[in-house]
Amino acid sequence: MSGADIVLECLKRIGIDTVFGYPGGVVLPLYDRWPSHPEVRHILVRHEQGAGHAAEGYAKASGRLGCALATSGPGATNLVTAITDAMMDSIPTLFITGNVARNLLGRDGFQEADITGITMPITKHNYLVMRAEDIAPAFAEAAYIATTGRKGPVHIDIPKDVFLEDAEFEWNQDISLKGYNPTATGNSAQVKRAAKLIQRAERPIIFAGHGIIQGDATKELVEFAEKCGTPVLNTLLGLGSIPQDHTLSYGMLGMHGSYWANHAASNADLLIGLGMRMDDRALGRFADLNPNAQVIHIDIDPAEHNKNIVATVPIVGDVREVLSQLVEEFEPTAHPEWLRWIDDLQNEHTESFSVPNGPELSTQYVEACIANAAGTDATVVTGVGQHQMWAAQHMNISRPRQLITSGGLGTMGFEVPAAVGAAVAEPDRTVWAICGDGGFQMTMQELSTMVDEHLPVKMAIMNNGFLGMVRQWQELFYDDNYVSVAISQPDFVKLAEAYGIKAIRVSDKSAVNSAIIEAQEHDGPVLIDFQVEAEGNVWPMVPAGAALNETVESPSELEAPA
Amino acid sequence: MSTAELPMRHTVAALVQDKPGVLNRVASLFRRRGFNIESLAVGSTEEVGISRMTFVIEGGDGIVEQVEKQLYKLIDVVKVSDLTKEDAVIRELALIKVRCRPEQRREVLDLVEIFRAQSVDVTQNGMVIQLVAQPDTVDGLLENLRPYGIREMVRTGQIAIARGVKTTSANESESTATARFHQESGRRPEGNLPYVSK
Repeated sequence: MSGADIVLECLKRIGIDTVFGYPGGVVLPLYDRWPSHPEVRHILVRHEQGAGHAAEGYAKASGRLGCALATSGPGATNLVTAITDAMMDSIPTLFITGNVARNLLGRDGFQEADITGITMPITKHNYLVMRAEDIAPAFAEAAYIATTGRKGPVHIDIPKDVFLEDAEFEWNQDISLKGYNPTATGNSAQVKRAAKLIQRAERPIIFAGHGIIQGDATKELVEFAEKCGTPVLNTLLGLGSIPQDHTLSYGMLGMHGSYWANHAASNADLLIGLGMRMDDRALGRFADLNPNAQVIHIDIDPAEHNKNIVATVPIVGDVREVLSQLVEEFEPTAHPEWLRWIDDLQNEHTESFSVPNGPELSTQYVEACIANAAGTDATVVTGVGQHQMWAAQHMNISRPRQLITSGGLGTMGFEVPAAVGAAVAEPDRTVWAICGDGGFQMTMQELSTMVDEHLPVKMAIMNNGFLGMVRQWQELFYDDNYVSVAISQPDFVKLAEAYGIKAIRVSDKSAVNSAIIEAQEHDGPVLIDFQVEAEGNVWPMVPAGAALNETVESPSELEAPA
Repeated sequence: MSTAELPMRHTVAALVQDKPGVLNRVASLFRRRGFNIESLAVGSTEEVGISRMTFVIEGGDGIVEQVEKQLYKLIDVVKVSDLTKEDAVIRELALIKVRCRPEQRREVLDLVEIFRAQSVDVTQNGMVIQLVAQPDTVDGLLENLRPYGIREMVRTGQIAIARGVKTTSANESESTATARFHQESGRRPEGNLPYVSK
């Protein structure tokens, strides 16, 4: 069997039904064999970065392994942003690239790039496969590594002539890696120590992260929180791990988390981090997060323990398994006074967190209307910036995988291609892509992919003519000195129509709901150009480098001397 | 809540799969995480397919903990051991080309003898001295030779091995005490080393 056939055979064995790809010189031998493997769907994107984000969107929406393919040189380097994004957010993805033939490697030939050298620090693991007989073991290992432990991207680079070389196809799924064996079960002594802290705590709080969603632990999280009567805060990527209307759910903490969530985190006497990595955007200035609190940190990646925050009790393990162990070890507890304290704070500080009710068309209002019309069954994909934070605040993210967003890397332009991937992964769900007018222009070439593949993605551009978050920082921290932040754009309606996509323009509050309903009822992709107010700011806010209890709710608070 | 730590030298041994690019993976990890390597020595081990890297790292316990954990995240790294915590034999090889006129030869040879070094090449106006010793001793000899004029010097970086029956080998699990320390500090996954996946 040729190397090319082996690659396609391997994809089937590891359960990949869709590859987002872009052909080129060195992968031609692979494409040449594709018609003989119709079980693997190839989706032609318009830029390799789009292939990468689509693979991420596919993986985030479904929990399955996403896959992107590119040619050597520029094709491969165009994947780099998406690979890094997948690394930062631990998305199970497989990236395949071709390279120049073996005898040309290292000679700077046409379209050669040292892509395995480039992706080494941005992948969980990578391979340069130098013999056709090594292809199958590499794919089996890659799939195993990408989807187990702390999930992440794995990259396989294959020289052109290896696709053409013949080898026996031998598939062996019993993978034995001397240096890799992630821990699932928590150390029982550690679990008991954690249980004692939980039993004793008066003001415990849970930080529920992406690991809850990645590890399918939402049921265990709710059960655990209810048994110990502990309020749950979410990181950005942890949104959806508990329904927002649950009595113990207090929403998102962090730079644009609510006032009450951030102050609850700062006033707790026990912090319980679940499947999260104690990131600075979520926790603010580490030293002043809450120096007197005890910390229980449960995460599958040992390297996250004691990296940013020293834990009283670190537990390495799969969060679902550890939670089921932990819940057996303590008696039911409740903290009604503590919950009341947070509730009171919430009642006093709702204003900074609410949808503006003035006549202006605000992004918050549009997003709340979309959330209302689409329900929690729909998938929300966002770009990065103000609209992303407002989506996290106002779109009632209550179901795991409901929100697909670029958290760690913060990749503008993620939204359109990731929505393509999400729509492919789950054809029966409505997919709303909430786009910024800046980010949309970075990857809007994928509109063609949407049309080709009949993907009925509903795109809502929050068009304020600014790179909104950058403008907000220039306003607040650089004395209104707006530099390179006003952004012009094409006529988005005409643009969509040029692609054959239905388009609606909305500039008035009264037209929002009818446009949303019209978009949802249309059988095909739709773009809505929402001409929102130009200079709205996201509140509350923890200024960069500040502590969570320094959350501010209006610009006037920032003017006070630091 | 990271605490200020006293910097200290740590000798860390890592067993790695002998595969193309593994040195690059390790070096790239140290670079991007900002860990400082003072010396690095790589060589083969008693087991085919396993190489041993010995690093000297400057940093507090927190830094070294991160170094260990980040190394474990590399799929090709099989085992990591901080030999600073152990009673270990630590050695380094140095080759020193020193200026030495014929009338100085006797005194230089005296130094060679005192430091239990060897002269491995002698010319009219110079000598090559070889020394296998602890890094401090190598520093000491260099200090004493400096007045004569050191023309060229090369050191291998230190390698280390635990005294007694204890080993850092791919097939031997670590002591119960070390394993417990690792588990309680969340330092690495549970289970005996080397890891073998199911």
